[in-house]
Amino acid sequence: MEIIISWLGTLCLFAGSVLAIISGIGIFRFPDFYTRMHAVGVSDTLVTGLIVIGLVLQIPDGIVIVKLLLILLMTLLINPTASHALAKAAILSGLQPTLTKKK
Amino acid sequence: MGILEHIIILTLLLLVAIAITRLKDLLAVVMLMGVYGLLSASFFVIMDAVDVAFTEASVGAGISTILMLTAISLTGRTVSPIGHKPVLAMILVIITGGLLVYATLDMPYYGLVDAPANLHVSPRYIHDSLHEIGIPNAVTSVLASYRGFDTFGEVVVIFTAGIGVLALLSVPSPTPQEDTNEIKSQNIAMHHQHLVLRVISKLLIPFILLFGLYVQFHGDFGPGGGFQAGVIFAAAIILYAMLFGLNTARKAVSLPLVRLVSALGVLLYGSVGIVSLLNGGNFLDYNVLLPDPVAGQHIGILLIELGVGITVASVMIIIFFNFAGRNGHLLNNQSRRK
Amino acid sequence: MMILGLYSYWIVIALMMIGLYIIIAQGNLIKKIVGLGIFQTSVFIFYITVGKVEGGTAPILAEAYSQYSNPLPHVLILTAIVVGIATTALGLALIVRIKESYGSIEESEIQEKDNPKC
Repeated sequence: MEIIISWLGTLCLFAGSVLAIISGIGIFRFPDFYTRMHAVGVSDTLVTGLIVIGLVLQIPDGIVIVKLLLILLMTLLINPTASHALAKAAILSGLQPTLTKKK
Repeated sequence: MGILEHIIILTLLLLVAIAITRLKDLLAVVMLMGVYGLLSASFFVIMDAVDVAFTEASVGAGISTILMLTAISLTGRTVSPIGHKPVLAMILVIITGGLLVYATLDMPYYGLVDAPANLHVSPRYIHDSLHEIGIPNAVTSVLASYRGFDTFGEVVVIFTAGIGVLALLSVPSPTPQEDTNEIKSQNIAMHHQHLVLRVISKLLIPFILLFGLYVQFHGDFGPGGGFQAGVIFAAAIILYAMLFGLNTARKAVSLPLVRLVSALGVLLYGSVGIVSLLNGGNFLDYNVLLPDPVAGQHIGILLIELGVGITVASVMIIIFFNFAGRNGHLLNNQSRRK
Repeated sequence: MMILGLYSYWIVIALMMIGLYIIIAQGNLIKKIVGLGIFQTSVFIFYITVGKVEGGTAPILAEAYSQYSNPLPHVLILTAIVVGIATTALGLALIVRIKESYGSIEESEIQEKDNPKC
């Protein structure tokens, strides 16, 4: 049973790392600030969540699980707020999103 | 396997440094400095230096970025290009680098147990720390007890920097009537613009302050201590000041009290030393503070870490408020000159 | 083998030289302070690399471990980081006052205002 939980943890860590690399590639390939925000803001929270859950599954020890879950809670609150702040700052300083494909 | 991660992070640090050299926009340079600080904090974790990583992440990637951003908001964002190519500087730098590389050929390889740095004083600290001082964190016991003089000097340096910034940048605070009008107009404008940020920060600021207190008092048992706690405490107050307006923050955190408290921290540290002298020991010798030497060490370390935390928090708050308060002064001065 | 053993020292020297180059060659005062910060952090990396012991753990004493990394460089660098931020804050305050007096933070323009003949 412990082996299954430990393997599940490794799988979560691996999935989190692969998703982080994909979102990093997304920053280069997307054409515009707002689409890049979307690539980073959404996937960063998911990546941190997956990595923290992977760590929780790998070390089933009492106080460590509580600390890791607190970190997860803080990230879930702070990351979307930071993305919102960046996007709002961009709109208020006048950066317009590219709506049509440039030829 | 440890060596692979450390090579990758060092290469990333080098790439970030080269990128900083070539950029012309100061905002991008400040953001890359934040990335540089965070990468070095991860590097310190890989090198088993957890206390140092904590301090570098909070100071280098946190407070330093905020201070530079307030500075460039006062001075301007772009770098004018230099007219000529700095060939002489490049030659000088390459020669110095070459000589230093030649000097490192004699140094011990990475990670050896019997390197000279690990042989003389450190085994004595590691062996004797647990029964002479009785706290698990060897870095705190060396910082606060075995090398307490250096930490005293450091606290005085931080206090001096606070005094220096006060002398250079302090602006007379506005009269209460101007203040109330300013607060009302700011509140109405900012409430609509920053609603989400205000709600979330009202939820988070108590936890940040509580975390700062936790780090202060658990410095004996895990990574932490006075410096990190002071910086985290100041970061919470700075967050409040940024989102709710400087005038509202000045009402919540009265600046004359903060100035008094920063001096009180240094005084607390020095008084612990003087009490040791009065009890018959040397300056900052904690063994004579209480009848039991180990308990004396505990209370000595607790008091000086408290002094350090108080001074660092108040000096960081003073520095930020003086930088941010200078903005209005610059605009007023320009309109008066015209 | 020598490259692996000495790689960290060479990267530290490269970072130091980049920091030195920024301080000497760039004209903008804030960029000079940034170069000073890069220089300081590279020195911290040097000291912490010297203190690492292979197979050791963080210097928080517990019964389960017998080999610890050297705590002495950690203490020195903790002090150095905080002193570094203090001097950076003071330097930035001086730059703000220079901007208010001279109207610019480029080294060449400030020197022209001081010495019009130079």
